Amino acid sequence: MSNMLEVKNLHVKVEDKEILKGVNLTIPKGETHAVMGRNGSGKSTLSYVMAGKEGYEITKGEILLDGENILELEPNERAVKGLFLAFQYPIEIPGVATMTFLKAAMNAQRKARGEEELLTPDFMREVKSAAKMLEIDSAMLKRALNVGFSGGEKKRAEILQMALLKPKMCVFDETDSGLDIDALKIVSEGVNALRDANRSMLVITHYQRLLNYIVPDVVHVFSNGRIVKSGDKSLALELEKHGYAQYDEST
Amino acid sequence: MAGAKENIDRDTIEQVEQIDVEKYKYGFATDIKSDKSPIGLSEDIVRFISAKKDEPEWMLKWRLDAYERWLTMEEPNWAKLDYPKIDLNEIYFYAAPKSTPGPKSLDEVDPELLETYKKLGIPLLEQAVLAGVEGAKIAVDAVFDSVSVVTTFREELAKSGIIFCSISEAIKEYPDLIKKYLATVVPVTDNYYSTLNCAVFTDGSFVYIPKGVRCPMELSTYFRINEINTGQFERTLIIAEEDSYVSYLEGCTAPMRDENQLHAAVVELVAHKNAEIKYSTVQNWYPGNKEGKGGIYNFVTKRGDCRGDNSKISWTQVETGSAITWKYPSCILRGDGSRGEFYSIAISNNYQQIDSGTKMIHLGKNTSSKVISKGIAAGFSDNTYRGLISAHKKATNARNFTQCDSLLIGDKCGAHTVPYIEAKNASVVFEHEATTSKISDEQLFYCQQRGLNAEEAVALIVNGFVRDVIQNLPMEFMVETQKLINISLEGSVG
Repeated sequence: MSNMLEVKNLHVKVEDKEILKGVNLTIPKGETHAVMGRNGSGKSTLSYVMAGKEGYEITKGEILLDGENILELEPNERAVKGLFLAFQYPIEIPGVATMTFLKAAMNAQRKARGEEELLTPDFMREVKSAAKMLEIDSAMLKRALNVGFSGGEKKRAEILQMALLKPKMCVFDETDSGLDIDALKIVSEGVNALRDANRSMLVITHYQRLLNYIVPDVVHVFSNGRIVKSGDKSLALELEKHGYAQYDEST
Repeated sequence: MAGAKENIDRDTIEQVEQIDVEKYKYGFATDIKSDKSPIGLSEDIVRFISAKKDEPEWMLKWRLDAYERWLTMEEPNWAKLDYPKIDLNEIYFYAAPKSTPGPKSLDEVDPELLETYKKLGIPLLEQAVLAGVEGAKIAVDAVFDSVSVVTTFREELAKSGIIFCSISEAIKEYPDLIKKYLATVVPVTDNYYSTLNCAVFTDGSFVYIPKGVRCPMELSTYFRINEINTGQFERTLIIAEEDSYVSYLEGCTAPMRDENQLHAAVVELVAHKNAEIKYSTVQNWYPGNKEGKGGIYNFVTKRGDCRGDNSKISWTQVETGSAITWKYPSCILRGDGSRGEFYSIAISNNYQQIDSGTKMIHLGKNTSSKVISKGIAAGFSDNTYRGLISAHKKATNARNFTQCDSLLIGDKCGAHTVPYIEAKNASVVFEHEATTSKISDEQLFYCQQRGLNAEEAVALIVNGFVRDVIQNLPMEFMVETQKLINISLEGSVG
């Protein structure tokens, strides 16, 4: 099996309104793909449906992760199988120190896989080295997760979680939103450091900017609930120049 | 999106409805022969209890006076609690294991009882505790239904002059202390339940810490209601002389029974000059089943008197059990510079009802108090914080800080905050902060996306919510409380 992710003819409704209208997307192992589209085109819906968020009715199609259909699985079961979603708006968890959350998540995944819980010294070592790469200081690790975090801190905390959980399929939902150029660099470097032959990535964005830092193997154009064009990274530049209008369908 | 949102909420609610009270792990009953009073309440029952305890005449008279007074009193109805009238004629006011009618040394305690406490995780075997196999060193007074069955580490404590025994023994052995202090914090006529307690209390703990002594270990009482249709009326009195310190823990459980059981306790604390009392409770009485059948009715009067200057009383409570909880651990800040604290975590689920809070009565100058209350409501439960902060006109520079936070899980439960503030001195500063929040579907989804299952996610979020209070618990209770939160929310979602 050389494909990490296969989305086949996916149709999704929210309240009787069809949002995804037959999405087809295949990401081979080790590749990074970008999905670009204007706001409201259904890009974020795709990421939520992949991760198993409730409130979406899947009327047709399937999503295979490493060859296995995951649509019947709970969000946490998908996470344990290696799917990670970096949120556009990471959620605040008051009173739960970032460190505590990281440990809870790592141990929950280990437990679900039948592995031993992490020993505290090993955990600390892993966190420290990942935090260093993302320029996260120990004071931030003691603060409640995402509570009062700046935009940059939130996104770095997402990548920190990704680095520690070591997923095989990473989805970034508008990760560049709310980031200044310095934060964007740090986050991108963190992501690039995690690229390898056994890990695939899907970058969802509507600006080309992020793709200067995280350079994709394939770019897909998303419009009106489906992928309408695919190409190499030059497609992103072309989109930047001419806009999305050419892909709009008359309804 | 409204429809989708409703779907999500409905799912969360369904998940919460599945909170599995059948997992109440203390729900077993001990099959032991018991010696009971005739059913119901009358003057004869008061005499029966006093005679069973072999009490001196003055104590019987004190009880009978209280009983007379109680006959004229009415059940309070101001709390936000809804329950059928309790028929006191259907309750046994005294029940004691036949084999162990009074406290004995450990070798003499019925093995069936020792087994019960072992199952409850209460360390009674001193040797085992000393050998380190049972964890931290804690002295325990074990009260089973109406009697104290054993009190551990008494001799070792006696070396420092500390008295730790059942209140029944204290009445006989230390009558002067009892006469001097009993009902001086909670007057005999204080309220319907406390006055009833005066008439029929059956056992409880007595602690006396002499001047200048720092109690070398945690003291604790473990209350267990076993017998069917039995009321437990316990009475605890703790006295800390000048410059002394004691930390006291209280735990309680009961078997799962379809009938409601009544528990009406009175706890009095007296702190003299520079003394400090830390009183921590983990209340885990049987809460009733998913439909709200059964469970303990818990009507408790707890009050501490900071009698001396610069004394300190701190209440910490973790309330997860009982069908009905009516409880307001309070501090009378009489001594100048005295301090009172109240930290509370109250979790209600299914059809549980909690009306709890505190009273901080500032009488002395420069007194200060702090109230941190965390209420968590799930299922169809009602969870009310009710608190009074008052300052007497002599309470110059009194300070209070109150923070009440409520967390709702689902949309069929209720959280209420009822603060009363009275300041009769212009120099006082009282602050009150309150928040109400919900565990959102977004929070749950986020945690699940990181690999936590729904139960683990709820437990993590709730643990975060109560963190300020957990940090104030003694180490032994901190771990237990975290586990208890996880257990009480087990099966809640997913």
